[in-house]
Amino acid sequence: MSRVLIIGAGPAGICAAQALVAAGLSPVVVDSAARAGGQIYRRPPEGFTRPATTLYGSEAEKARRLHRDFDALVAQKKIAYLPSSTVMALGPGAAEVVGPEGRCTLKFDRLILASGATDRLAPVPGWELPGTYSLGAAQIALKAQGVALGRKIVLAGSGPLLTLLACQLRHAGAEVAAILDTAPMSGQIRHGLAMACARPWVTLRGLRMRLSLGQSYHAAVSLERIDGDSGGVRALHWRDGRGRAHVTACDMVAMGWHLRADTILADLAGASFEWSSDFAQWLPKRDAMLRAGQGIYLAGDGARPLGADGAELSGRLAALACLHDLELSQDDPAPLQRALARMEAFATAMSRAFPWPAEQVRGLPDRAVICRCEGITARALRALAREAGGDANRAKSLSRVGMGRCQGRYCQLAGAEILAATTGRSPAQTGRLRAQSPARPVTVGQWLRRDPRQDHLTVEPDEDRR
Amino acid sequence: MSGRLVRLAEKARPPLPFEFDGEALTGLEGDTVLTAILLSKGSLRQAEFGPERRAGFCLMGACQDCWIWQDDGARVQACATPLVSGMRLRSEPVGWPGDES
Ligand code: FES
Repeated sequence: MSRVLIIGAGPAGICAAQALVAAGLSPVVVDSAARAGGQIYRRPPEGFTRPATTLYGSEAEKARRLHRDFDALVAQKKIAYLPSSTVMALGPGAAEVVGPEGRCTLKFDRLILASGATDRLAPVPGWELPGTYSLGAAQIALKAQGVALGRKIVLAGSGPLLTLLACQLRHAGAEVAAILDTAPMSGQIRHGLAMACARPWVTLRGLRMRLSLGQSYHAAVSLERIDGDSGGVRALHWRDGRGRAHVTACDMVAMGWHLRADTILADLAGASFEWSSDFAQWLPKRDAMLRAGQGIYLAGDGARPLGADGAELSGRLAALACLHDLELSQDDPAPLQRALARMEAFATAMSRAFPWPAEQVRGLPDRAVICRCEGITARALRALAREAGGDANRAKSLSRVGMGRCQGRYCQLAGAEILAATTGRSPAQTGRLRAQSPARPVTVGQWLRRDPRQDHLTVEPDEDRR
Repeated sequence: MSGRLVRLAEKARPPLPFEFDGEALTGLEGDTVLTAILLSKGSLRQAEFGPERRAGFCLMGACQDCWIWQDDGARVQACATPLVSGMRLRSEPVGWPGDES
């Protein structure tokens, strides 16, 4: 039986696993979370009691279905499941995985990568202060822990999560002082029409949520700086669309501009990349069946940030491609491809309605920290930009922007923007940071301990299933 | 001192005692180490490359901002590690990090 490894158990990974099992395969699923679901359908630990409708709102039924279906695959031993386990390195046909029991090497014939995304961040001076978080962090804290990350909260950035999170926090009883959107209203209206054409109900739902925010929502904002002291964040300084200065007192600022595909594993798997001007980031190349190479399939937001519904579709399509290549299915991929094209049209219009704040990043003051890992400033990066020939990898070696522990996940795009502005190029021309193993930091102790389960991980077909 | 975080829901879980920098604190079963500490404290650790303190950033294991230590020297990723009763956590390493034996 062909050994298929699925990395990630969010909507994409879960749907891929289901489709493979339905065709008689028994994939191995590795996921870094303790419980499957991914970020958007992240589950609280055992013993938490809020119902799915409280946690996931209008998406509660989808979340419940995915969780239930995945739990059933595990209970019926249709898949081998390694929770709390992270893929640190990928070579041809093998993955090095570190989990609670130590490290193991998983051999595979085919790989479905569904590694997900993180928030896409633009630096704001002062974002290194304690009390600054990503929008995703604030949502995870609320959903998976039942906590707010501050007493007086400002949400800033752009994209659907900004509005959704504001509603969720208020609903849960948190104080949200201001919602500051860097996207101008004119573009939101223009591209909002294209969003509505692709997915009318989703757009309407977003609009309704937005209207419920009332006076605390501001569009066309520019974020100037986060002020604080040894106790952390104290205020956010910003300008409204007419250029008037405002200061909002707060003890927490959460920021984010849509998603950034987490492509380190795709890179290690040998995918090639192209700059997407719509998504304003590097994305791996795939064919119409989501293949990125021989036996490598890329699904979910880690390949293209289309959101949870798109992730379900791409997970199913990746699995179908895998089954086609194994000659185990002749199902027509066209319906899935058409549905994905609609998600793509929606996501593209949305990225135009709520764009990456390129001007804000280019205009960052010299003292602004670009790399949060190592406290490297815009000044340091600008000073080296010419010496580096405007090349992102050379600038990384010289300045260490992109070399810290997050491996550039939170600074790469801002760094590229600043390099580009300083040397008169476009961010795409500065080049993409090459990924390195390990994909995440790992302790030497964890790396050295061999996982005793190693030899038992390939799933044997049940007797009753041939 | 009051902490950075506020509990909005899920308050009826069994309490778990732990220590942070030698101080006895209490979390709830199901808390992550990050949640448990920041409910009482304003930060997790000192930044290595700047004057400020740090309190995590992404909460999804991606930014690496939240690594702290245990008394035995082992490192802990606070946002991804469930609190265990009796944990002795530290904002600073003891001796050489990772030197357990
Ligand atoms: S807060 Fe980002 S890794 Fe823990």
